[in-house]
Amino acid sequence: MEEKLIKTCLHDRHVKLGALMSPFGGFDMPIQYKGITEEHNAVRQDVGVFDVSHMGEVRVKGPEAYKFVSHIFVNDVTGAPDGQIFYGMMCYENGGTVDDLLVYKVNDEEYFLVINAANIDKDVEWIKRNAEGFNCVVTDESPRYGEVAIQGPQAEATVEKVLGLSVKDIPFYNFQTFDIDGEEIIVSRTGYTGEDGFEIYGSHEYIIKVWDKLMEAGVQPCGLGCRDTLRFEVGLPLYGDELSDTITPIEASLSMFVKLDKPEFIGKEALAKQKAEGVKRRIIGIELEGTAVPRHGYPVEADGRQIGEVTTGYKSISTGKSVAMAMVEKPYDKLGTPVEIRIRKKTFPGKVVKKRFYEKNYKK
Amino acid sequence: MSKILDDIRYADSHEWVKLEGDIATVGITDYAQHALGDIVYVDMPEVGDEVTKGEEFGAVESVKAASDLISPISGEVVEINEALEDEPGLVNQDAFANWIMKVKINDAADIDDLLDAAAYAKICEE
Repeated sequence: MEEKLIKTCLHDRHVKLGALMSPFGGFDMPIQYKGITEEHNAVRQDVGVFDVSHMGEVRVKGPEAYKFVSHIFVNDVTGAPDGQIFYGMMCYENGGTVDDLLVYKVNDEEYFLVINAANIDKDVEWIKRNAEGFNCVVTDESPRYGEVAIQGPQAEATVEKVLGLSVKDIPFYNFQTFDIDGEEIIVSRTGYTGEDGFEIYGSHEYIIKVWDKLMEAGVQPCGLGCRDTLRFEVGLPLYGDELSDTITPIEASLSMFVKLDKPEFIGKEALAKQKAEGVKRRIIGIELEGTAVPRHGYPVEADGRQIGEVTTGYKSISTGKSVAMAMVEKPYDKLGTPVEIRIRKKTFPGKVVKKRFYEKNYKK
Repeated sequence: MSKILDDIRYADSHEWVKLEGDIATVGITDYAQHALGDIVYVDMPEVGDEVTKGEEFGAVESVKAASDLISPISGEVVEINEALEDEPGLVNQDAFANWIMKVKINDAADIDDLLDAAAYAKICEE
């Protein structure tokens, strides 16, 4: 069965730029333009722009919007000022993860949820089903939004100068809306790279204009290839690798986003039990001694047997070290534990380290 | 357009072979290095290993993915290119100068069914 790939509003731009295109989450997306290393370094050292129009957007609106978002979201949005953004997960009753997402608080009666491309259909179905009985309306707005992420130490200057948007006063994990020719666009100081940066949501027409201005100004276009190497280096999870319907946020070492002191949310009971009893396995970081490259699915071994597997691995572009995130059994999750990763026919020695392989450079 | 040398033979899995006496020098093609992108690791066999025509003998790793290396000939590995251990990116710079292994082959007829430059060029166009 061949699935028809969705094209983002910037698709023809990518093709003209000669991007290597590949399916991702049901979309035909650019993996790289010049090369992953060069694009990665542009974001770490200067600025780069990503087409992230594949991401899904869901609006929750109505008198019980706050109550409903609190019901499906493991993080706690209570008492937040309008314009604040929260990262967290939606979980099933058994604690498995439906998706990880950003929740933008417009006000107590309106929230804007940004979800993963590959999960849009599943999430929308799940959110709508759980919204029954709540006085709020759930709308999948994914098709009408384009989105770009402008990331890197020069992101703020680029958005101000090239796009003419005054964003310097937007705090980290906050957003503002702008009226551009009668259209409301959303700009948030968020990203998925560990660098300062902004994500801009608008109509396809507006996003195409933004992209063209950035290209004209010489901003490096960046593909999903370096989006993955960048997020990986700073220990950010990718749904499908570090999170899934069988991996809970606690197992993914993301407990800090799970607010068990909230009165109620889907999955609370299972997650509280897991937290209290302790998990049997957990996502950790591994640093290898050599330069062999660990990849998703490669076995992690210790004491002569398999104790886990790699969820994401690279030879880190920023540090040059061969590092991995991996799901391993306890007690092999302790920092400094010697482990080996099986790469094809050989095993390579390494040790458990913090999964933040490169320090984030946020402007807070 | 990828570079293709005239005087050597090719496998459709994008390795090249240069036979001198009974020693075959093996590498990956310019087309292959270009398709892979930035090479970060070359997993090479060890001297003394037996390699078999049509079977995997190592891997080339780009940032994004690992690609198996398929041996175009059978024999015993007599030398590996140790320079690639520290500088795998040399393959990107010149895939034909920066060979991967040298093999003492059992049977010179191994290369008979490999592609010549013209036939390999056709594969790269597809």
